[in-house]
Amino acid sequence: MITRKPFNWQLPDREITPKNRFMNRREIMRAGGALGVLGLAGCGVGESAAAHTELPDVAGMGYRETSYTVDDPSTPLEAVTGYNNFYEFGTSKSDPARYAHAMSTDPWFIEVEGHAAQTGRYALADMIDYSALEERVYRLRCVEAWSMVIPWVGVPLADVLRQFEPTEDARYVQFISNSNPAEMRGVRSRVLDWPYKEGLRMDEAMNELAFLAVGLYGETLPNQNGAPIRLVVPWKYGYKSAKSIVKIKFVSEEPVTSWKQSAPREYGFYSNVNPNRSHPRWSQASERVIGGGVFARRETDMFNGYSEQVAHMYDGMDLIENH
Amino acid sequence: MAKSAMLRAFGRVWLKPLTFWALATPALWLGWQWSALLMGGVHALGFNPIETTHRFLGDTALRILLISLAITPFRDLTRWLPIMKIRRRVGLAAFWYAVLHLAAYLGLDLYLAANMSIAGMFAGLWNDVVERIYITLGMIGFLIFIPLSVTSFNSMVRRLGAKVWQRLHYSVYPLGVIAVFHYGFMVKGNQLGPWIHGGVLLALLAWRGWSICKSSPRPAASMQSGS
Repeated sequence: MITRKPFNWQLPDREITPKNRFMNRREIMRAGGALGVLGLAGCGVGESAAAHTELPDVAGMGYRETSYTVDDPSTPLEAVTGYNNFYEFGTSKSDPARYAHAMSTDPWFIEVEGHAAQTGRYALADMIDYSALEERVYRLRCVEAWSMVIPWVGVPLADVLRQFEPTEDARYVQFISNSNPAEMRGVRSRVLDWPYKEGLRMDEAMNELAFLAVGLYGETLPNQNGAPIRLVVPWKYGYKSAKSIVKIKFVSEEPVTSWKQSAPREYGFYSNVNPNRSHPRWSQASERVIGGGVFARRETDMFNGYSEQVAHMYDGMDLIENH
Repeated sequence: MAKSAMLRAFGRVWLKPLTFWALATPALWLGWQWSALLMGGVHALGFNPIETTHRFLGDTALRILLISLAITPFRDLTRWLPIMKIRRRVGLAAFWYAVLHLAAYLGLDLYLAANMSIAGMFAGLWNDVVERIYITLGMIGFLIFIPLSVTSFNSMVRRLGAKVWQRLHYSVYPLGVIAVFHYGFMVKGNQLGPWIHGGVLLALLAWRGWSICKSSPRPAASMQSGS
């Protein structure tokens, strides 16, 4: 898999898989083969086999580098894993790093519901093709007017959603995050109406940029970043990228999304990064660059710099009205 | 007997300097952290030092303001009159933290966002005041605070006379309410912080209301702090 790099045979060090990890990976793949590569084939409605419930270690997997990258340097790992908005663990930026370890992610199941031919409850390893992981370096723009650059490891969202064979009635897809008050202390106070809900229009979900991350910086996703599986939608404000997903629902109407529900005047369904729409709390014209020096700022780009890939989906739409 | 003599000595000699240093400590700490940050050392300002600074200065200003509002109830409960000697000092410290809070927002955000143009900085301020309710409230609060701080000196108290001075300084109550709403509208979602500060403020206001209803006004006591 990692040899599928036709124009650049020189692998960066982090892509070279340690031998013990590689052997481990082969075992996992063999187990996968026995069950049908994705475990989904012929599954239909129902529960997937229990053999796949063990959470794969991303550091032991190879992954492909792709051309989705940005010119700016990546945000240091300490900042990516130490400065997080994950209100299920508290509202302070340092709370997730401090408290997210309490969340158990293994085994992890995801329920798939709604307008799709294949629905049911799937173990994570049955849903994600761990032999097809790729790294994507994306910009992350928070609505609070700060930004990071993060090397994610994961798979395109479209590849995962297609496995469920969504029907014509599936016009939107909703993502529901984990919400367990015993392990997630932030959920004990009603900052938002838990569980956290997010959603995308079907064409947005199938866009080439929409991504499901299971790792970052070549390692398994740390809990505070939304382990074991999170959405990454780089042209939208960070809160659209739901963390620790436990449910995927194919629906026909625009689904409820948590921040819009909390303050509809401030947060819309689309939430595309838009420097021209001044948010009632933060000017969105520019952003602080986290980890880029104390005073580092940059001008915010329309769609966070991803116009080429996504602007066509909003042709003819008033993006101030549909914010 | 010895105990109360010691307490009297404490009130006479130590209370004011200790209050001063206690009130200055947060600013000194912040200055120390910033110098560590700028010199590349270990600091406690986190990955977004500017945001940390705004939060820290705002929290400190609001908390000191609440402490200043708690001093009269403290006197009423303990009947320890020397505490009144620090009331204006505490209120004035809250004002200075509000000044730093505003200066940080102007200098570390608006000035940089406007590519270091002073005119752009003030244009950004006006924009924010018009568009963002929490900043509108913050600026109104700051404007209310100015006359209170400039009349906090003995000479001004004497010039205005106790009655006029007292009436002017009643605006500290709406100021407290505005400050809590400024905080409440700033945070995302339904967070605990503003509710806690609002609860403390409400308790302090309720105490005042109750004292007034009891109608045992002590105009002399409230002004006898001849610092």
